Amino acid sequence: MRKLMIAAVAAFTMSMGTAQAAGGEYHPDFKEASWSFQGIFGQYDQAQLRRGFQIYNEVCSSCHGLRLVSYRNLSALGFNEDEIKEIAAEKSVRVPHDETGAELNDDGEFFTREAAPHDRFVNPFPNDAAAKDANGGALPPDLSLMAKARMGGPDYIYSFLMGYAEEIPEEVSSQKGFAVNEDKNFNLYFPGYYNSMPPQIYDELVEYEDGTPMTAQQHALDIVAFLNWAAEPELDERKSLGLKVMLFLLVLTAMLYALKRKIWANVKH
Amino acid sequence: MSSPEWNNPVIKWVDSRLPVFSLMHHSTAGYPTPRNLSYWWNFGSLALTVLIVMIVTGIFLVMNYTPHVDMAFDSVERIMRDVNYGWLLRYVHMNGASMFFIVVYIHIFRGFYYGSYQAPRELLWILGVIIMLIMMGTAFMGYVLPWGQMSLWGATVITNLFSAFPIVGDFIVTLLWGGFSVDNPTLNRFFSLHYLLPFVLVGVVGLHLWALHTSKSGNPLGIEVKQPEDTIPFHPYYTIKDLFGMGVFFMFFLAFVFWAPNYMGHPDNYIPADPMVTPAHIVPEWYFLPFYAILRAITFDIFWFIPAKLGGVLAMFASILVWMALPWLDRSKVRSCKFRPVYKWFFWVLLADFIFLGYLGGKPAEQPYIIMAQLATAYYFAHFLIILPLMSKFETSVELPESIASAVLKKGDA
Ligand code: HEC
Ligand code: HEM
Repeated sequence: MRKLMIAAVAAFTMSMGTAQAAGGEYHPDFKEASWSFQGIFGQYDQAQLRRGFQIYNEVCSSCHGLRLVSYRNLSALGFNEDEIKEIAAEKSVRVPHDETGAELNDDGEFFTREAAPHDRFVNPFPNDAAAKDANGGALPPDLSLMAKARMGGPDYIYSFLMGYAEEIPEEVSSQKGFAVNEDKNFNLYFPGYYNSMPPQIYDELVEYEDGTPMTAQQHALDIVAFLNWAAEPELDERKSLGLKVMLFLLVLTAMLYALKRKIWANVKH
Repeated sequence: MSSPEWNNPVIKWVDSRLPVFSLMHHSTAGYPTPRNLSYWWNFGSLALTVLIVMIVTGIFLVMNYTPHVDMAFDSVERIMRDVNYGWLLRYVHMNGASMFFIVVYIHIFRGFYYGSYQAPRELLWILGVIIMLIMMGTAFMGYVLPWGQMSLWGATVITNLFSAFPIVGDFIVTLLWGGFSVDNPTLNRFFSLHYLLPFVLVGVVGLHLWALHTSKSGNPLGIEVKQPEDTIPFHPYYTIKDLFGMGVFFMFFLAFVFWAPNYMGHPDNYIPADPMVTPAHIVPEWYFLPFYAILRAITFDIFWFIPAKLGGVLAMFASILVWMALPWLDRSKVRSCKFRPVYKWFFWVLLADFIFLGYLGGKPAEQPYIIMAQLATAYYFAHFLIILPLMSKFETSVELPESIASAVLKKGDA
């Protein structure tokens, strides 16, 4: 009886995860990818995060913002203070007014200054309307939390980035209501299949300095690892603190159990 | 029970004026507890522990949280990224809500199995159901605070339900919203209530414990304490057992916090709320899913005077309120399912039905899920309103043991 009850509780807990997957559209299983930050002991690979940052900086940042991350946070990737200052200084941020209180310069434009380490990553577009205007009406979403904001997290983003296909598979085209859209890009993993972002990942997309092979697949892994860091910068600390806390609890609980046995030794129950 | 003699003069002086030490003594070393409680009796103290954890983490979260539609989402992200150990506070609070429901669901189903609601514990049980209702309100409003997509749309769907009530419906909805849609005034009042309700809970939990200490703990045999040999003092026996249970529980709880903090959440809540974009599937948190399934199961008008929407809302509330009537629906002389050979199986079917409803609550409202939810809902109510009363009339129970002590000592000899 007790076993049954435990099994029922376990089934309930497990059904929670799957309960929310919904929707009848066909999508293949996510492409296989392995992450250094997976699992109980998993941690970020700093070199990989730097490569991912390089891709973000050279490619994705022309359309996507990363508004919740500050330049100073890049120290977690192993950049030193001067490097971070340099990275930040490539961008400029708007200043409300100059020393005289004027809000616009003689050309009628806003004042700006170089970005500094304490600034958040500067958005590529001044506002959503401008972003949409530059992307055929579609808004490139901010990527700060992308790795947490999609079912499947990093596996989804990886599959999505690698999921552009020339041929439309039978399983997709045979679905009721499916229609080819010439203006957009077909992606196997994107809900509704048609996506406004052109394919981004190619062999030799950026030039790596650490000798890592510059394949499309490697680029995709690296940018996704970086995006996961952007969404969960606390992951390394979280897991290592977790191990310590668990070890402590394990010892404490074992001792409490021993004490319980001792106190109850003479009581029939 | 007489008060103990205090030897320490300071304690004695205080205690004769304000008997806090006697009170503590009465609820620990002086509190006689059945000697045969199983581990299913650990979940009450666990629930109290989670409540305290929620209040403590909540108070620290508030120090950095901003209840405004333009700032709430980012303030939570600031907690996650810039506040020292903010991620820990937030993940403990977030997963703590799920843990609260896991613990309380087990606590309630323990009550179903062992007939804990029967006389003289009716009020104790009813207070428990009230606690569950307040918890649900608190968790619902808490989920709105981070102001993600599910916060906004979950709140929109659920608050809209109240419009189903005739005459007062629209008034209630406007009152909840503070305007004409879920917006900043809604966030503000929910924040206020989310801070208030846990302290109301503390009060009701106090009454719950008061009632407990008056009628005393039940036990797996479901027979009352008859003689001193049936009991042992709460302290040290159950204090140590509860502490051990807490150790195990915290390992379970924190495994989620440290390794799968978002497993029980919905990814859409990491997208800032946007009134212009409706998510493809709006699902409440997992702990509401069985009731959500019941709500959506009523897709037809009931007679001519209850439209489907109102029917769903009434069914949802009734599915919890019916618990309050349990002491009167179950007329069995025997409490514990241990001695109820037939009803015992209906208990397991009810549990399976409830879990199945939870599964259906997470599915889109389309066939075949709708018909399944209707059948599961019908069975759910049939269990309480038909099966249980009939069972207590016609079931022949197994013979009860003489007393707790005799049952326990016999087992020990064998
Ligand atoms: C030319 C502009 C452009 C560039 C460069 C670009 N994107 Fe996009 N991206 C978009 C647009 C536009 C969308 C919105 C697509 C839609 O909703 O149809 C998008 C959407 C996305 C999404 C969200 C998919 C979803 O499930 O909603 C991800 C993830 C993404 N991009 C990642 C990247 C990464 C990683 C890079 C760099 C390698 C990148 N993008 C480069 C324009 C761009
Ligand atoms: C019965 C106890 C409580 C329950 C069940 C509960 C539940 C919740 C839930 C489900 C959330 C949403 C978590 C998320 O997805 O981010 C939340 C958020 C929040 N709660 Fe509570 N809560 C409780 C007590 C408290 C108390 C006592 C306070 C303050 C004194 C508090 C303050 C907050 C704040 C500020 C947030 C927003 C920050 C965040 O989203 O993480 N809570 N609560």
